[in-house]
Amino acid sequence: MNSSQLLALMPVLILSLSAFVLMVQASIKRDSSVALIITALGFLASLGAVGYAGDYTQSVTVLMVVDHWGLFFTALILLASLVTLWLSSDKFILEAERKEEFYLLLVLSVLGAVVLIQSSHMLGLLLGMELMGVALYAMIAFPERGLLPLEAAIKYLVPSACASAILLFGFALVYAATGDLSYAGMGAKIADGFEQNPLVLVAGAAMVLAGLGFKLSVVPFHMWTPDVYEGAPTAITGYLATVSKGAVFVALTRLYMDAQLYLYGSLTNALVVIALASMLVGNWLALRQENIKRLLAYSSIAHFGYLLVVLIAYAFALKVSASTQLISQSITFYLAAYMVTTLAAFAVVANVAGEDQSKTNISAFEGLFWSRRIQASALTVAMLSFAGIPLTAGFIGKFYIINVSIESELWLLLGTLVIGSAIAIYYYLRVVFAMTKKSLESAEQDHKKNFISQDAVALILLLGVLLLGTWPQPFIDLAGSL
Amino acid sequence: MVMLNLILILLVGGLVAALSERFGEKVPRQVALAVILIDLLYLLTHLWGMDGLSQLQAPVVNDPATWLMHFKTPWIPAFGISIELALDGISLLMLILTLVLGMVAVSSSWTDINHRQGFFEANLLWTLAGVLGVFMALDLLLFFLFWEVMLIPMYLMIAIWGHENRAYASMKFFIFTQVSGLLLLVSILALAGINHSASGVWSFSYFDLLNTHMTAGAAHWLMLGFFIAFVVKLPGFPFHTWLPDAHTQAPTAGSVILAGILLKTGAYGLIRFAVPLFPEAAINFSGIAIALGVVGIIYGAVLAFAQTDFKRLVAYSSVSHMGFVLLGVYAWNELALQGAVMQMVAHGFSTAALFMIAGSLQERLHTRDMREMGGLWQQMPRMGAVTMFFIVASLGLPGLGNFVAEFLVLLGLFQVDPWVTAIAALGLITGAIYSLILMQRSFQGQPKDKWVDLGTADFAGREMLTMAVMMLALIALGIYPQPVLDTAQPVLQSLIEMVAVEIAP
Repeated sequence: MNSSQLLALMPVLILSLSAFVLMVQASIKRDSSVALIITALGFLASLGAVGYAGDYTQSVTVLMVVDHWGLFFTALILLASLVTLWLSSDKFILEAERKEEFYLLLVLSVLGAVVLIQSSHMLGLLLGMELMGVALYAMIAFPERGLLPLEAAIKYLVPSACASAILLFGFALVYAATGDLSYAGMGAKIADGFEQNPLVLVAGAAMVLAGLGFKLSVVPFHMWTPDVYEGAPTAITGYLATVSKGAVFVALTRLYMDAQLYLYGSLTNALVVIALASMLVGNWLALRQENIKRLLAYSSIAHFGYLLVVLIAYAFALKVSASTQLISQSITFYLAAYMVTTLAAFAVVANVAGEDQSKTNISAFEGLFWSRRIQASALTVAMLSFAGIPLTAGFIGKFYIINVSIESELWLLLGTLVIGSAIAIYYYLRVVFAMTKKSLESAEQDHKKNFISQDAVALILLLGVLLLGTWPQPFIDLAGSL
Repeated sequence: MVMLNLILILLVGGLVAALSERFGEKVPRQVALAVILIDLLYLLTHLWGMDGLSQLQAPVVNDPATWLMHFKTPWIPAFGISIELALDGISLLMLILTLVLGMVAVSSSWTDINHRQGFFEANLLWTLAGVLGVFMALDLLLFFLFWEVMLIPMYLMIAIWGHENRAYASMKFFIFTQVSGLLLLVSILALAGINHSASGVWSFSYFDLLNTHMTAGAAHWLMLGFFIAFVVKLPGFPFHTWLPDAHTQAPTAGSVILAGILLKTGAYGLIRFAVPLFPEAAINFSGIAIALGVVGIIYGAVLAFAQTDFKRLVAYSSVSHMGFVLLGVYAWNELALQGAVMQMVAHGFSTAALFMIAGSLQERLHTRDMREMGGLWQQMPRMGAVTMFFIVASLGLPGLGNFVAEFLVLLGLFQVDPWVTAIAALGLITGAIYSLILMQRSFQGQPKDKWVDLGTADFAGREMLTMAVMMLALIALGIYPQPVLDTAQPVLQSLIEMVAVEIAP
């Protein structure tokens, strides 16, 4: 390994180093505020290293590849983790006696996510996913009081372990058919493997998809989502919804494109079914939710259904010779918009409800417009962005997806997307309507008065969503050059 | 820049109005009124500056240089999306109507809104800003943006300040318009995509997309997407069901804006986009559209007659009246189109006034149920007389604007299909029936005991002034409609010529 490879890996190395420093610090003097600062500095330093690593893009060992696309998502994930850190910094004071471990877990989990994003090999994928996941189970169960977090952690742990096993089995089958575990190597040999062992290969790829689909919580692998979303501490739910799911989707995209899985019709058909089911089921079940975290859980199922449409479009774009440039841009933009919007929504939920589970019902948000304007505005904008209303990030994302599906002539998926979005408007608006209810006097009693730090994070995310929606050109240029 | 400023004045004015609440609860409405007045004067002074509007004389639809004003600056160059605004005779008429009715709406909210006045007036101004954008945007994506965004403040107005059933009504309103908006978005993107694959350049500009060549099948589907979006907003049968709920539950100012202005964006969209972008498909479709228009006229009238709620009756009468606009557009000749434009203006005034009266009645009697009313003329002679005026305007009395409009539509339609014209003309009779029943139930007949001691409930200065503005407008439109017709005529003629050229080969 030479120095340029080291520089390319610097974001990962800095994260590892901060995990190490955190452990050393805990052994010298246990102090959660020091740990918080170390974690924040670690994320910021890693973020700075991402900028440098851009000049040294290359494959580092057989396991990882450092390219602009991966670095972009690394930066995005680090930013999301900083927000998570910000949100959780005052949330755990009441919940746990000692909370230094939490920061260690967070750093390890982010490290896993970054490895996952940059992996170019099945082994790297597994390493990253497990590192991210194992730390996440502990983070979900972190609050010492209350049974819900524990329940959520177990509900996530057990199926997640099964999913990992299925994933591994899938790897084994694919390896048996192609004799290679790196994405590119698989892609090169997959055609031969398909001729010799079509059944083994398709079964293996399907199992890999199922394993990753579990992490993305697309239908029919979505059962765990609402309970885990509801039970986990809100800041961690936000982390799960953005960093964990985002990193897995990036990994899936790499695998799908580099290993040329799009060439196989039966696999694409399976994806079509998953996408259709996710869009319909996710939106349909979200209609009946009374708890905003469960609502967001179902809505995220639908959003990953929309994202799968883009992957499917990639397979069809090659058939109708549409441009694939637009497709990778769509994934970049939609995922970024989804992450910013989701963070905004969970930031408000965390700020307003705290960790009090009874306050995450939609009815607990009544009157928010009059008692905490910034929080209410941020949640409104987040909901409108989820619904894809113009001037928000979500609209440009939807613009991309509709555009891509028109170019690839996916009429069935497009129609379902329109129907799904139509259903979605209802439950997103319910939240907005709840916030407009009631008069000032009663609302004021329900909501604690302003915290500057909470309003600041909500405002930053609010502006982020609006900026992506009103002035997307710089971002489109960036996404295009990846 | 002038056009951008028109929108910005309202946006910033909305912010000022929202913030001005801390100086007293009466301040926001004064600010709002001043902002709209400034906006109107700004528009008029700039028009004055242009060689006596001579440029109105000969616009060529697909040449932006011949328009009254044209402004274009890139926004999202990656997809050829730009901030492109333009003004011609039709948009000018709509702009003036919007701003005048905006002032009427502020006036009708003067005493009606008694909490969070600042935020209310802000939403009102932001809705107007969105509507101005819709009437001026000529980049299709920008148009879509205004089309969707203007609904959010309107939604908030219904959801926060609406009447007893506001949750249901505001949700229904938003879902209807958003879902049809999604169809519009898909159609716009598909149209731009077709243009992109033909020319290799992304563009959403009206002028670039006007002559897009596509297969008849594609044109038909895309035209349907546009048609449904606009007809939902119009609203035309069978997409009208959101309207009675939204109108009834909205606060008075909201109803005034909804009926007076927002419905016109649908009609405007049909004239400006749905037909010119897909001329052949639209003309092939005109039979169905005309049928829907006729059904809307009769059905709306029958339903209006059956209502006991004052506002609901007026709301259904809008369905009936807007049916004439649909007829006028799809008859697609100069007379009928003139009638449609005229109807947009005249109906804007007459319905806005009726909604304002309904709002005043509710404010005084705390009910909209006409079974509770009766004989109110005794207590409120001025209000009664004013109502009588707008009732006869709305039923199409010759000499007032609505008559000119409906007569022109029927005259134009007669050249296309005399039989349908005969059926549509029934709308004038049914209109008279439900309008007069409204008058009879509320203001005439035996006075109810409980309203005897209403006291000084009659219209006062502010309300009479607002009503007088609209009365004068309707009389002027009825007696001397020529200026309006002259403003719209060159645009309409050019549109008709362009469509004829498109279809001919």
